[in-house]
Amino acid sequence: MPIQVLMPALSPTMEKGNLAKWLKKEGETIKSGDVIAEIETDKATMEVEATDEGTLGKILIPEGTVDVAVNTPIAMILADGENAAELAKAPAPAAKAAESAPPAEAKAEAPQPKAAHHPTAPASVSEPEPEVPEGTEFITQTIREALRDAMAEEMRRDGDVFIMGEEVAEYQGAYKVTQGLLQEFGARRVIDTPITEHGFAGVGVGAAMTGLKPIVEFMTFNFAMQAIDQIINSAAKTLYMSGGQMGCSIVFRGPNGAAARVAAQHSQDYSAWYSQIPGLKVIAPFSAADYKGLLKAAIRDPNPVIFLENEVLYGHTGEVPKLDDYVVPIGKARVVRKGKDVTIVSWSMGMTYALKAAEELAKEGIEAEVIDLRTLRPMDTETIIASVQKTGRAVTVEEGWQQSGVGAEIAARIMEHAFDYLDAPVARVSGKDVPMPYAANLEKLALPSVAEVVAAAKAVSYR
Amino acid sequence: MAAPKKSVVAKEAGQEKANESPPEFTKAQELAALRDMLLIRRFEEKAGQLYGMGAIGGFCHLYIGQEAVVVGMQMALKQGDQVITGYRDHGHMLACGMSANGVMAELTGRRGGYSKGKGGSMHMFSMEKNFYGGHGIVGAQVSLGTGLAFANRYRGNDNVSLAYFGDGAANQGQVYESFNMAELWKLPVIYVIENNRYAMGTSVSRASAQSDFSKRGASFNIPGKQVDGMDVRAVKAAADEAVAWCRAGNGPFILEMQTYRYRGHSMSDPAKYRTREEVEKVRHDSDPIEQVRSRLLAAKVTEEELKKIDAEVREIVNASADFAQRDPEPDVSELWTDIYR
Repeated sequence: MPIQVLMPALSPTMEKGNLAKWLKKEGETIKSGDVIAEIETDKATMEVEATDEGTLGKILIPEGTVDVAVNTPIAMILADGENAAELAKAPAPAAKAAESAPPAEAKAEAPQPKAAHHPTAPASVSEPEPEVPEGTEFITQTIREALRDAMAEEMRRDGDVFIMGEEVAEYQGAYKVTQGLLQEFGARRVIDTPITEHGFAGVGVGAAMTGLKPIVEFMTFNFAMQAIDQIINSAAKTLYMSGGQMGCSIVFRGPNGAAARVAAQHSQDYSAWYSQIPGLKVIAPFSAADYKGLLKAAIRDPNPVIFLENEVLYGHTGEVPKLDDYVVPIGKARVVRKGKDVTIVSWSMGMTYALKAAEELAKEGIEAEVIDLRTLRPMDTETIIASVQKTGRAVTVEEGWQQSGVGAEIAARIMEHAFDYLDAPVARVSGKDVPMPYAANLEKLALPSVAEVVAAAKAVSYR
Repeated sequence: MAAPKKSVVAKEAGQEKANESPPEFTKAQELAALRDMLLIRRFEEKAGQLYGMGAIGGFCHLYIGQEAVVVGMQMALKQGDQVITGYRDHGHMLACGMSANGVMAELTGRRGGYSKGKGGSMHMFSMEKNFYGGHGIVGAQVSLGTGLAFANRYRGNDNVSLAYFGDGAANQGQVYESFNMAELWKLPVIYVIENNRYAMGTSVSRASAQSDFSKRGASFNIPGKQVDGMDVRAVKAAADEAVAWCRAGNGPFILEMQTYRYRGHSMSDPAKYRTREEVEKVRHDSDPIEQVRSRLLAAKVTEEELKKIDAEVREIVNASADFAQRDPEPDVSELWTDIYR
C-alpha cells in the first residue's frame, strides 16, 4: 500500500504552512533522509526529509500552495514493486488528515476572533478603537510582524531604544519576532546575549538607570524566573527607594503562558506574578493592533513594563491600523463584544476562549459582553464595573492558576465596587491547579476551554 | 573554624605586589585622603551611636575599617564616572561627594534624606553625583554596574563604572554572568571586590574555593590584582591602573581590595565568629587612617593641623546628626508617590 507523506509540524505551535517547493518529481526514487520538499511558515523555512523509501508516486499538494494544515497528506510514496495503480487503493487523504488535525479551513477559523474588524461580524461585536480616526486603512499582519514593526518604529524614533536577549540578532529571534532588526539597526542596538537571564536582565536595568530604554527579550517568561530579582527588586522598586530620583524605563517582553506540548517548565502564565508588583506595569494584549500599539506605548513609558506575549498567538493575523504612529494607551480595557446578559473578562490567550464562548452563548440567546483587559496593571476596574452594573453577572477567563490569580483579583474588585449589582457570584475559569502535563489529552484538560466558559456563563445566569 | 590569627590584611596568597611600596602621595593628597577617610569614620561612628539610641532603624552596615578602599578608588575617577555598591554604602556615598546631612537624614528616615526617607541605609542614590545605589540584594549591583558600563559604551563616552561588592557577593552566580558579558563586550567596568574577610559571619576560607579573588575573572580573561586595601596609596595606584585599562577600551578589570571591617556585619552582629584580638590587631597594625596620620606627622605636619581637620569633620558629622533628628518625617502623602512616573 502506498505511503502517505503528511504535512509536518515544524514547531509545537505550528498549525499550517506553505508548501514552498518540491525538490523531487513524481516518478523519482526516494531514499530515507532525502530532502523532498521545502515548507515555509512565517517563522522559518524548513526542509522535509523522507522517512520512507520508494518512488514518489504522486504529489497531492502542488508547490506554491499556502496554508496547508499540519498532517494533510502532501504526497504518496510507492514502495518497491508497487505501481501507480496502487494509488487508487490508498485511503482518502482528507479523512486521514481529519483524524489528527482539523482541516485547514476549520483550524484557521477556530482561534481567530476577527471580531474586531471582521466585515461580516455582527454590528454589536465591533467597537471602534477610540484612538483610530475614522476612515483609517487597516493592514492584515501577524502578531509577530506587529511586534517587530512596533520595535522598529520606536528604534527609528529614539536612539536610546535598543533590544537585547538570546538569539534576537543573527538568528532573527527564537520566534522570529525580531526579524530584520539586526539588518536595519546593526549589532550596537540589536544585541545577542549569552544564555544568562539573571545577568542580562541586570545589565538592562543598569543601562536603564542611566536613561537608556532597553527592550529585554526573554525567550520565554519561564526563563525570566532566573531574572525575577532584577525585575522586581531592581527595576520595579528603585524609583520609590530613591524618592523619585532614579527610575527605569525598560520593557521586559517575550512569550508567556502555555505554548503547546512543551510540558510544565515551559508552560506557565506569569500574569498574576507580575501584576502583583507596585512599580511595574503589566500588559498582556490579544489583538494584533493592540500588540503593536501597546508595545509602542510600553517602550515610551518611563516605568518598567512587563509585556506578556503568547507564542500561540504569534502567527495569528489581525487588522492593524495603518497609521504613522499607532500607540494604544496603557491601562485601558476594551469591550470587544457588547452584550447585556453576562460579562466575560479576559486577556491575551484567554480571549480566544471568551470570544468563542460568546458566540456559542449567543446561539442560546445569552448575549455576553466580552472585555479584553489588555493591561493587567494598572487594571481598568472602571470598564469591568460599568459592564457588571449592566449585566449583573461576571465570568473571568485565564490560563493561569486560580489561587491568588488575576481572576481572583477581578472577582474581589467586582465584589468591592459592584456587590449590589451582582445577581450571582463571580465565576472563574482558569488553568487547572496542576503543573502543565505533556500528554495531549491531559494538556487540553489542564487549560481552560470554550465549554467551561460557556458552562460558567450559564451557571451565573442560572441557565 | 580557625580564625586567621597572625595575618592581618596583606596576607598569604599571591601577595608579591603588596610588599612593594606604593607610590608616595603628595602632601595635598595625603591631607585630602585623611579628611575623606575621617569623615567616613566619624560619620559611621555617629550612625552607630544613633542606632543605639533608636534613631536609626532596621539594618545599618558600617564601613569602619574599610575607608581607604573607597577613598583611594574615588581619587582615580573623573567627572562622569559612575559608582554602584551593595548595602554597606554610607562610605561610598560620602566619598562620591553626597552630603552628610542627606545621608544621615535618610538613615533616620526623614524627609531631607536622599530618598525622602523611603529608602533607608541600603537605598540611596544621587544622579547628580553619579552614585547608583545602594542595593540590598547581595550581588545584584554587579549586573547593574555592568549595565552602567554598557550604557557608557553604548553612548560612546569614555566613562568608567565602578561596581563594588564583597567577598560574599563574589560567590553569587550573576557576578560571573556579568564578568562574561563585560569581557565579551569589552565594557569599561572595574569590579572592586572588597574582601573584608567575612561574609556576615562566614570567613572567606569557609565559603570560597578560590580565595584569591583577583583570579575570579581568570576564566573570562579579565585581569585582576590583589591590593592592600588598608593603604590608600596602594588603592589609588591600583585604581589608576584599572581606570586607564578600562578607559582605553580594554574591557573590565578586577581589583581585590584586602580590607577589614572593625564592626559587626550589621548592628545585630553576635561577634562570635572572630576574636577580639584579631580585630584589635588589624586596628593596631594597619588602620588606614593611622597610616596616613603617621606619615603626615613624619613629614612634619603638625598635630594642630591634623586636629583642625578632625574638628572640621566632627562639625559636619554633628551637624548631620542634628539635622537628621530635627528634620521631620516624610509627609504621609509620600506613601503614595514615586511608584510610577
